[in-house]
Order: sequence, then C-alpha cells, then structure tokens
Amino acid sequence: MNEMILKFPARSENEVFARNAVAAFALTLEPSLSELSDVKTAVSEAVTNCIVHGYRGREGWITVACRAAGSTLTVEVTDEGCGIADIPKALEPFFTTQPSEERSGMGFTIMQTFMTDFKVESKEDAGTTVTMTKEFGLRRANVG
Amino acid sequence: MKLQWGKRGENLYIYLSGELDEHSVAEIRARADKLIDENAGLSRAVFNLAGLRFMDSTGIGFLIGRYKRLKRYGMGMYLENPESSADKILSLSGLYSLMPKIQE
Repeated sequence: MNEMILKFPARSENEVFARNAVAAFALTLEPSLSELSDVKTAVSEAVTNCIVHGYRGREGWITVACRAAGSTLTVEVTDEGCGIADIPKALEPFFTTQPSEERSGMGFTIMQTFMTDFKVESKEDAGTTVTMTKEFGLRRANVG
Repeated sequence: MKLQWGKRGENLYIYLSGELDEHSVAEIRARADKLIDENAGLSRAVFNLAGLRFMDSTGIGFLIGRYKRLKRYGMGMYLENPESSADKILSLSGLYSLMPKIQE
C-alpha cells in the first residue's frame, strides 16, 4: 500500500497541480490512459467545488489524501468551508447554486460517473469531504 | 489555454488548446465573446476542440454560455474533433443535442 497527502491553498491555479499530482501518484497502479483521464477530471471537479462552493473566494486550505492498494485508488478531497446544506439536492444533475456564473451543475454527476465509488460527507460551517475510489482494470479484467 | 481563430465563408472557427478549467476559463471567455460579437453577421461558430487536452465541467458551463450568446445573434454552434476525454464529458452532459459534433 502507498499513501500521499497534499495540502494547498484554495486557489484555482492549484487545480492543474492537484489533478496532475494525483494522476502521477496513480501511475504505479498501471491505469489505462482513459482511466487516468477519468481520475484527473474527477479530482478537478472536487477541487473546483472546494474553491467555488466550499470557500466561495475566501482563503482556506484543501487537503487531498490518496491511497493506492491492490488495483484501487482512493482519493479524499477535504475543505473546511461552508459545507453543503442539502446533499441530495446538490447531487442532482444540473443543480447549481450559482446559475448566473455559467456553472453547469454537473460536477458531482461527473465524479459519480467517472469513478467506481463516490461518497460525500458534509457539515454546515465545518466543511466537506468527498471520497472517491477508482478500481483500475475492471473492463480489461472482464474481457480477459 | 490558447485560443486561435479564423473565418471561412459563413463560419467563425475558434480553436481551443490546452487545459480548460476554473482557472483558465475567464480569459478564454472574454476573448471568445469578443470574437463572437465582432463576427455576429456570420451563420455559425465552430469550436475546434482537437487541442483541448483537458476539460472539466467548467468547460460545459463555458460552452453553454457561448451557445446562448450565439443564439442571440441567430448563429448556430458546432463542436469539432473533440479529444476523447472531452468527448466523454460532452456526451454525458447531453451538449451535442444543442451543439452538434463534427468529426473530420
């Protein structure tokens, strides 16, 4: 088993660094290019959520904890922002709290679709943690 | 992010390359809107996505925003040659029903 913890300020310039660092960490699990691309997209969604919704432009820290075990990558993205009042509502496709800002409301849907498992825990005024796992080689194993 | 453009006949071509996310979108949004405004008499805008290595849901918001702007001018919108990762998100979000995909 291997582990990694990243902690960085909630600024959008760190999105590219965060998704590429997680992808680099995942490389030892020998993902396909398309699996790696799924992970990058899901991490980008989670980190963007922390910045845009969790902290809403305020200063704060984002923690990305990764674990690689067997053929499974686990990624946990945590902020200490405002939290989510209504999680089922937030998970609805196309739901957004900021329709005026060209937000698609697809972030959680993409995380759920692109990863094998997805879970969100949140407490108002305390923060949010999104936990996602990706099992690599699922399709290849089924075919073989 | 890089944006290049060109005009051919009734088409405005906008070529996007690089990584489109929350950080890079603001600049590209302003430039695309300026181009659309300046070429409002044309029939359609074609966004070529062949060079777009990465896009998350910020990109969906961006494309819908430009679609609405084009619609005000009576212009259609098309997405050309999306890379496989962008293609997956575009299919999932149903965007191709608003802005058809052109594969060449």
